[in-house]
Parts: sequence; C-alpha cells; structure tokens
Amino acid sequence: MNLTLKIWRQKGPQDKGQMVEYKVTDISEHMSFLEMMDVLNEQLVAKDEVPIAFDHDCREGICGMCSLHINGEPHGPDRGITTCQLHMRTFKDGDTIYIEPWRAKAFPVIKDLIVDRMAFERIQQAGGYISVNTSGNTQDANAIPISKLNADLSMDAAACIGCGACVASCKNSSAMLFVSAKVSQFALLPQGKIEAADRVRNMVKQMDEEGFGNCTNTGACEVECPKGISLENIARMNREYLKASII
Amino acid sequence: MTTLNSRVPEGPIKDKWTLYKDHIDLVNPANKRNIDIIVVGTGLAGGSAAATLAELGYNVKAFAYQDSPRRAHSIAAQGGINAAKNYMGDGDSNYRLFYDTVKGGDYRSREANVHRLAEVSGAIIDQCVAQGVPFARDYGGLLDNRSFGGVLVSRTFYAKGQTGQQLLLGCYSAMNRQIARGKIEMFNRHEMLDVVKIDGKARGIIARDLITGEIERHSAHAVVIATGGYGNVYFLSTNAMGSNATAAWKIHKKGAYFANPCFTQIHPTCIPRSGDYQSKLTLMSESLRNDGRIWVPKKIEDAKAIQQGKLKPTAIAEEDRDYFLERRYPAYGNLVPRDVASRAAKERCDAGHGVNATGEAVYLDFAAAIHRYGSTKAKIQGLHNPSKEEVIKLGEAVIEEKYGNLFQMYEKIIDENPYKTPMMIYPATHYTMGGVWVDYNLMTTVPGLYCIGEANFSDHGANRLGASALMQGLADGYFVLPYTIGDYLADDIRTGKIPTNSPEFDEVEKSVKDQLEFFVNNKGTHSVDYFHKKLGLVMWNKVGMARNEKGLKEAIKEIQDIREDFWKNVKVPGSLNELNPELEKAGRVADFLELGELFAKDALHREESCGGHFREEHVTEDGEAKRDDVNFAYVAAWEYTGKPSEAILHKEQLEFKDIELKTRSYK
Repeated sequence: MNLTLKIWRQKGPQDKGQMVEYKVTDISEHMSFLEMMDVLNEQLVAKDEVPIAFDHDCREGICGMCSLHINGEPHGPDRGITTCQLHMRTFKDGDTIYIEPWRAKAFPVIKDLIVDRMAFERIQQAGGYISVNTSGNTQDANAIPISKLNADLSMDAAACIGCGACVASCKNSSAMLFVSAKVSQFALLPQGKIEAADRVRNMVKQMDEEGFGNCTNTGACEVECPKGISLENIARMNREYLKASII
Repeated sequence: MTTLNSRVPEGPIKDKWTLYKDHIDLVNPANKRNIDIIVVGTGLAGGSAAATLAELGYNVKAFAYQDSPRRAHSIAAQGGINAAKNYMGDGDSNYRLFYDTVKGGDYRSREANVHRLAEVSGAIIDQCVAQGVPFARDYGGLLDNRSFGGVLVSRTFYAKGQTGQQLLLGCYSAMNRQIARGKIEMFNRHEMLDVVKIDGKARGIIARDLITGEIERHSAHAVVIATGGYGNVYFLSTNAMGSNATAAWKIHKKGAYFANPCFTQIHPTCIPRSGDYQSKLTLMSESLRNDGRIWVPKKIEDAKAIQQGKLKPTAIAEEDRDYFLERRYPAYGNLVPRDVASRAAKERCDAGHGVNATGEAVYLDFAAAIHRYGSTKAKIQGLHNPSKEEVIKLGEAVIEEKYGNLFQMYEKIIDENPYKTPMMIYPATHYTMGGVWVDYNLMTTVPGLYCIGEANFSDHGANRLGASALMQGLADGYFVLPYTIGDYLADDIRTGKIPTNSPEFDEVEKSVKDQLEFFVNNKGTHSVDYFHKKLGLVMWNKVGMARNEKGLKEAIKEIQDIREDFWKNVKVPGSLNELNPELEKAGRVADFLELGELFAKDALHREESCGGHFREEHVTEDGEAKRDDVNFAYVAAWEYTGKPSEAILHKEQLEFKDIELKTRSYK
C-alpha cells in the first residue's frame, strides 16, 4: 500500500517544530508500524536527510519505550497494544497518517517524536517501592498467604509499562492512571500496607509538582492503555489518599 | 600467556560458598561511603547489583541507554524464574537444580558457580515477594509453580506471562529507593563507549550522553558490566533493538577474555519471520510447551499443500500428524531443552515438512489441552454429557487464563486466532550463553572489572534451561557480587577519589571521540542497517543452528569483507552533538562485526557438538549431538591481540567432581 505521512519534526526542546509530509510506497500489510517507520528512515538516510527520531526498543509491547500519537490516539487506532504491536493491516492504501509525540506539559519534547518522561521516574522515586533491603534475609515467600483475588488484582495493576499513553490521551494530561497503578499494586499486598499512607501521599505530591493535570473521570486513559489498566485503580488510589489524609 | 585462575574455593561443593563468605575481607560501613562503583546496564543483573551495592553504602553510578531502568530487556522475559523451593513436594532440591542446570548446559559450565546459583535461588523468591512482586498464587494463597524444559519437577515461579517485567520492576523499585536517597546516581540515556584502566585496574568509563552527544568521564574504584548478551549479532533476534555488545566487546579489547562465544541459544518457539523488512523476532514463551503439542504433517504432500495455502492444519487427520518431539524423545516429549527442540524443528523443515509459505515453521497445537482442560472443568461444574462445543468453550477459558497475553500477542502479529488454528513457530536467536570470562568472584581478567548476568559466560554452559536467566541475573546482582566485590574493594579503602584528569582518561576519551567523528564525517554510501543485515545473514546461514567447517571458514572471510566495506562505506547522517540514533547504531554494529568473527572462529575450533553449538561433522548415528569430553571439556577464553582472527585461546579445564560426565539423553 502507498501512504502519506504527516510527521512532527522538532530539532530540539527549544525548536518550534512543525508537521512535515512524507510519502512511502509498497508497504506490506504484515509490517509493524515501526517497521514502516524504519523503511521511511532508510529512504531518508539514502537521500542524506536526517532520519526521524522515535523511541522504541523491545518491539514486543512490554518495555514501554515506544510512544507515538497516531491519528490523534496514543499507540494508534487499535486497542490493547503499543505502537510497536500496531500492524499496517489496520490502515488502507492511500491513507494519510498523522504521527505526533505525546503532548503534555510534563513530557517536554526532546527531538522529533521523542519526549522526556523523567517526571514518571521522579514519581516512582517518591514512593513507588516497599522499603525492604535486598539482603535476601526476609521471611519465607510462603509465610504470608495472599488471596488469589488480591494477588491477581495486584498483578493487573503491576502490568503498567510506564509508557505514558494515559497522560497523552487525557485532556487534562493527568497521570492518575499511572500513579494509581503503582499505588494499587502495593496497597493490595500485605507487604505494601505498612507504608501505604506515606506512599500515596508522597507519590501524589510529586505528581502534582510535575505539572500533570487533575482527573475528571473521562476514562480516556483506560481506553488507550495498552495494558488495560482499570479506572478502578484511580478509585482505589482516591480511597487510599483519603484514608492517608485522615490518619 | 597468563594462566586462567577460576579462583574456585576449596572444600566440598555444598560448603564452598558458605566457607568463602566466612573468610572474605569486608569493608566497614564508614569506608563504603568513600568507595565508588560504576554499574553499566540496569536489567535484572545490573539493577539488582546497583540497588544492593547502594544499600550496603557504596556510591553507585548506574548507566542505561533507555530513558529508564524499567525498560531494560529483562522486562521481556515471559515464562518464569526457577528456584529450588520444593513447594510442590515433587522431589526438588538445591542439588537437583544444580544437576539439571549442569546437564542442561551439556557439561560445559563451572560446577562451583552453578551450585552457588542453586543455593541462592530460594532467597530470590523470598526477596521478590518481600518487594511486592505479584507472583501467581493458588486459591489457598500460596505461590504457584509450573514446569519448564529439561527438568522433571515444577520449580518455575511466574507472574502471568510477564515474569521478567515484574522482577525487573521489583529491582527497579529497589533502585528508586536508593536514587531517592542519593546513593545511586542514575544516568539514563547514556551509553558506555569504553573502559578506562589505570595501573592495570578498571577505574572508570567514557560514556556518551545520548541526548546532548556530550562525552563524559566517570571514575570509580570498580566497574561492573551488566549489559546483556550479543544475540543481535544475528540482526534478527528476540533481543530488543538497542541490545548490544559494545560494553562487553570494548572491555574485551582492553584485556577481558571473551569465553565460548559460539554457545548461543536458538529458542524453538518464536513467531516465524514474514518478510525482508522484519526488524526483530518475537518469542512465544517456553511455558506454552507445557500444554502445546508440536507437530508437522507426516506426508510431504500435505506440507506442500499447506505451504501453498491450499490446506488448513485443522483438516489434517490425527494419524497424518507427526508429533516429532514426542516421537523422538518420549521421556521429555514437548518439554525437551531448547537446543534439542530447535534442531528437531529445523530437521523436519529441512526435510520439507515445514508449514508456512517459507516452509520454515512447525505447529504448536493447543487442541488437545483445550479438550483436556474443558473436560476437567465440565466435571468440576457437574455438567453431564457436555457437548463438544461446551467442552471447547470451557477449555479455551482455562487456556486464556494461563496464556491469554501470549495468545493475544500472537494474534496481533500473525492475524490468526491461535485458539482455533494451531500456532506457527520457528526457532530464533534468543540468548547467549557465551560472554565475558569471569572467575568465581565474577571478576574478569582485568582487576576491578566485573561482569554479571547474561553478559558473562558462567552458569549455563552450552545451553541455558528455561527460566534460568532471570535466576542468574538476580543471583549475581542481589546475592553474589555484593560479597565478592567487597573482598576486592577492601584494599581500596585508602585510595580516595579517582581523578578523571589523568592521561589514561585523556587517551581513552580521544579514541572514543575519534571513532565518533569518523562516523559522521565518512559520508559513505550505505546505512548502518545495510551492513548489520548482511552480517546477520552470514551469521544465521553459516554460524546458526547447524555449523560445519566449510561454512565457518567462509563466514570468517565474509565477515572480514563486510567489516572492511563498513569502515569504507558506512553512512551516518546527522551530527555528534545531538540525539543521533544512527550514530549509536554505527558504534554497536562496528563491534558486532568484530565479535561475529570471533564467534565463527570459536565455533570452528570447537570440534564437537554440544548444547547450542551443533557441528554437522559431529553427530551420533541417530542424528543427536556428539560431545567430545576428552578434548573439549574446557571453557575457551579468547584474548584480544589486535584482530579477532589473531585472538589467543586460553583454556579453563572443567572438572566434574560432583556430577558424572555422561551423554545427555532426554529420550
């Protein structure tokens, strides 16, 4: 298939940036979206032009590196996948595809389609852990039984890959889904309960300082999340936060 | 020629690690504050090492090329992590795990290291649970286990199909705690480009800030390399796009011996390739072989019809299917080790029985498992005489619970529903058992330079068993290196900060800058990927699943030619002082072009078949790998002397005192 691509080009954080049009031809429907980008970049290198910078690494939907806003949706039109898992069979011959970086005040553009997600790092550093040393001198792993339900819910929350699609999809650029996933993972486990109050307070404080917006329950984040992280986590975080504020 | 001293402690194998820990030198907490350690790579090995060393009180500088430690490729490990907990009561023990790993590795690993790995395996699970890793649990609330290839017990702990992710997030959270305390200084989007030695000891690195392009000097009292394997030498592999061997190769060129490069694992269950544009291959977890049955059509005309798209696999009758693993290896069946399964699949495809358009795929079929689970479920629910459809529906629900995310991933890539049509799979490069040679302390042949995780050669011999990579990465980082490095650093408590304005730093920085400048100024004719793909093709065709003398000699020559062409004609657009992915790739491919040659040289010299290394000249009458313990029961450690072709071989003879050397049989 032949496609027209309109891609955001921006030399650096200070550059204004603009959409630039490119054409690609003979694209196979079995290609992944990023392989289509590889083809375009090979063409640009052949013409001595600077290839388009975009983040990617594992290309199997788990590292959370890839972060393209395609036709107005984070990770493109398909559901439950990352950009690297999007295949060209989703598009039709002759389509025009708009490719942009994540747009959020807390995610400044570094170059072209690459954004700076250090805000997520700082939120995790503010409390996204259980304070246990890695000496191995803990109790036996089976000493505390954990109900299968809570273990499964905790796992569902822990499946977050930290890509930032939730922020990119939200009209408020809120990071509530991301933060609540980590808060929930630990709040659901006995090991995480001891520091639960401090954790939620510190992580929310850091989230606010980074310039993310508030949650107005539109649910866009849940729709676009490649790992299907549920809005229930936001509700759980709100409960945890409230609890932490009263005690 | 230096002698290779593996520094394995004396004593019975069960007591070596304990006795060792009792007698090493320790660094007191106040002195730890005066000692700096650089950790390059933040996957399971590097991340766990960085966190633990920081907790102990050392000042850690950690480096990752991604924008966060959470994105290291350990995250992609799906199936699980082994530990000899014997929670299932099925006869597991440290000795069994030790034995299985040595046997699985085709008797080419160091006994003492593997035993230590087995000893600390249980603590890994305890540790991870304490960190909040949400492992799968049963209805009683206790941890669940499953079985992996090459063993007869269930010792694999898992978190859905995302075990690597959850373990990495566990160690990432431990790192975050130390980053917040200032004990780890984290350098994201940085790449190490060389190591700096002062008076023979590793004392620092030269790194490039991948955003600004700035070249930085970092000093430390010890340097730890944890940068993973070199599978991307094949261009196509299950590794991440950025996975590279540069750190490992650069330290090799500075004196660290490189061991057994030809021991590379080709994983049997990957999604087959679909076209020339393909950028990487995707793994389907080995756990699928717990329930999937592998087969090809018995009749060659059926295979032909399938290849041409005229026949559907579901239309082939049971008696016309060849379940070749169950046929050849009745004891282990579909759960034979990876090297055995891969070769068997290749053998069937080479004989014309392959099943996709390229003829390079076999089926992984869940119909029997769906039926089995469905029937059980129907009984539990008290359904009498359930219809076939009801059984299938119930069975599919069980399969979905176990492997849902894998099935979804497959469907997204291939556009076929694996619940209804058997999956197609084919072997692909996955893991490298070879790597930087290390002694019992995990130290390379350069003092103060350590290598852990997949980047080193140590524990898996010639073939790694499933769910053992995560175990080794975390064992090295959490529980082994933090002891052994202290023993070395005890002599450094009075050294003080290492200055970075020395001639040694000047010299290395200059050579790094010279190479980068060469790339952007070369203005050649072909992109970096052009050369990488050419190298990959040679590696796959001649240094892949089956190797012979003629092919290996050709490969060496061809790799030399590609390398020469690369240094003349490579084209790197853009400039030095900016984010420049093409420039990053150029340096990595330059190193793969040297490593690939050493790889082929090592494969040529090893005149035996063992584990992942299969020489067509060395097979038994029934086509199995034929090992030569008389002549090759050693680790081949190569010393760099200026060119890969002139590398000098050093042998570490392997002694098997606690396990009897015998033919590895899974029949």
